[in-house]
Amino acid sequence: MLEARPQPPKAHPAIADPWPLRALLIVVTLVFLLVFLFLPLVTVFSEALAKGLTAYLAVFHDPVAQAAIRLTLMVAAIAVPANLVFGICAAWAISRFAFPGKSLLITLIDLPFAVSPVVSGLIYVLLFGANGWLGPLLAAHHLKIIFAVPGIVLTTIFVTFPFVARELIPVMQAQGSEEEQAALSLGANGWQTFWRITLPKVRWGLIYGVILCNARAMGEFGAVSVVSGHIRGLTNTIPLHVEILYNEYNLVAAFAMASLLALLALLTLAIKAVIEWRLRLGSGSQAASAGALG
Amino acid sequence: MAGSLIKSINAEANGVRLWRRRQILPGFGLTLGFTLVYLCLLVLLPLSAAFLKASGLGWEGFIRAVTAPRVVASFGVSVRASAAAAAVNTVLGTIVAWALVRYRFPGKRLLDAMVDLPFALPTSVAGIALAAIYGPHGPVGGPLLRTFGWKVAYTETGIFVALTFISLPFVVRTLQPVMLELDPEYEEAAASLGASRWQSLRRVIGPELVPAALTGFALAFARALGEYGSVVFVAGNMPMKTEIVPLLIITKLEQYDYRGATAVAVTMLVLSFSLLLIINLLQRWSARWITR
Repeated sequence: MLEARPQPPKAHPAIADPWPLRALLIVVTLVFLLVFLFLPLVTVFSEALAKGLTAYLAVFHDPVAQAAIRLTLMVAAIAVPANLVFGICAAWAISRFAFPGKSLLITLIDLPFAVSPVVSGLIYVLLFGANGWLGPLLAAHHLKIIFAVPGIVLTTIFVTFPFVARELIPVMQAQGSEEEQAALSLGANGWQTFWRITLPKVRWGLIYGVILCNARAMGEFGAVSVVSGHIRGLTNTIPLHVEILYNEYNLVAAFAMASLLALLALLTLAIKAVIEWRLRLGSGSQAASAGALG
Repeated sequence: MAGSLIKSINAEANGVRLWRRRQILPGFGLTLGFTLVYLCLLVLLPLSAAFLKASGLGWEGFIRAVTAPRVVASFGVSVRASAAAAAVNTVLGTIVAWALVRYRFPGKRLLDAMVDLPFALPTSVAGIALAAIYGPHGPVGGPLLRTFGWKVAYTETGIFVALTFISLPFVVRTLQPVMLELDPEYEEAAASLGASRWQSLRRVIGPELVPAALTGFALAFARALGEYGSVVFVAGNMPMKTEIVPLLIITKLEQYDYRGATAVAVTMLVLSFSLLLIINLLQRWSARWITR
């Protein structure tokens, strides 16, 4: 969860860990993280640029690659706003009201995290596939969901819908509803209260939820792999295209497409760091103004 | 006066049961209704399709599908590799979290941010990178093969390595908040009573970290169990030897064995839900542990 990272309390030097222990643990940490985190990241870029910058850029002139990029962007453009609306509604309902079954609802929202991506794709195949529940109904209306773009969109929505909600719910619960109630007592209606009071308060959590949702939507592999049918130029997102290129031993192209997603991941992490920094600044100034109001 | 008015409204909103009273804040019906409809269409409907399909097998058919040798072997591979990865991450993750929280060293901020990389990096990208690194020509796999004759990629070891990458953040991120909350008072008290640093670490700090470490292990295990994208490239995917459960499901789907795939998937779902339950219980236990 996103929060202003507090500083650890300062321990007395007398009880600090002895320096050999400190040195050992730092070395272990560095080696572990360097091998397991940095090495894969560096490998993506080094393999992509293995044949030089021209070969790297030439990968993106391929119309199939461009179709994959377009499809990925389109899926994210549908999934992220839909899940944003859902996240706001769910967070509003859960944090502002008391009703029976609230913890069940929260558990349901966490469900996609517990389900394997392949199983997520499978359940949509079982519902909309040719042999599925709604299969005959869809066939009668000439609608294709599985092995077509709508299936990819639906599965991506399923896998990414918790992100915004999970960021907003604790934030909104912690902030309480006093300010909204004050706004109501001063004559604001529901929409005004939401836009001018709630939204500004939660904007950092909201942004973080959205970029996480987006990163996952663009990078989802297992679930989309099951429902997409892998039809070149039509139903391949960037992660699927990476797999196809890799299986054809076209390593430079595979890693070049992968580097796009790696850059997106780095951007996501950078935005997260910026948000946490702003929160740390913000909580300082909020404390000051709260003190001023008494 | 406004303050006490708001306080009393708030007390009423928090304390009173709901069905008969008017909501103070607007939007309850709209937001809850939308949420429930979204969840039903997106989650409950497809999940019930899965369970209904599995029940179409009948109990004996289900058991037969799930106890086939290939299925059992794949569960063995997945569970072994996930448990090993989660265990290694628990031990090393505790060390990493401790170093990130308590020590200062160059690059700490950057490393702290990078711990989230497995969350943010798409799984197929991680998969091909890991296959390149640990393959017979890679920077780690090559030397290991030449010097010790150890094969990493295309073996269970490769699966273990991939799962360690993917579940790395879970333990670290679960332990960091707990370590940040640790009050040095207790360590100072222990030191003033004559405990050595090692004794303090073991008997004062250790027990505080156990619930969070267990939660981190469970989270890492649950994630690793269902992981597909980062494993299939480095695994080798040989049935009975290096085939993980998600891959088995996909293979069955490609062979149009929908019933078999569903049976395995439902077993995985039951396993995942049980893990989710255990994790929730662990989180509640550790919350109580800390506030005791």
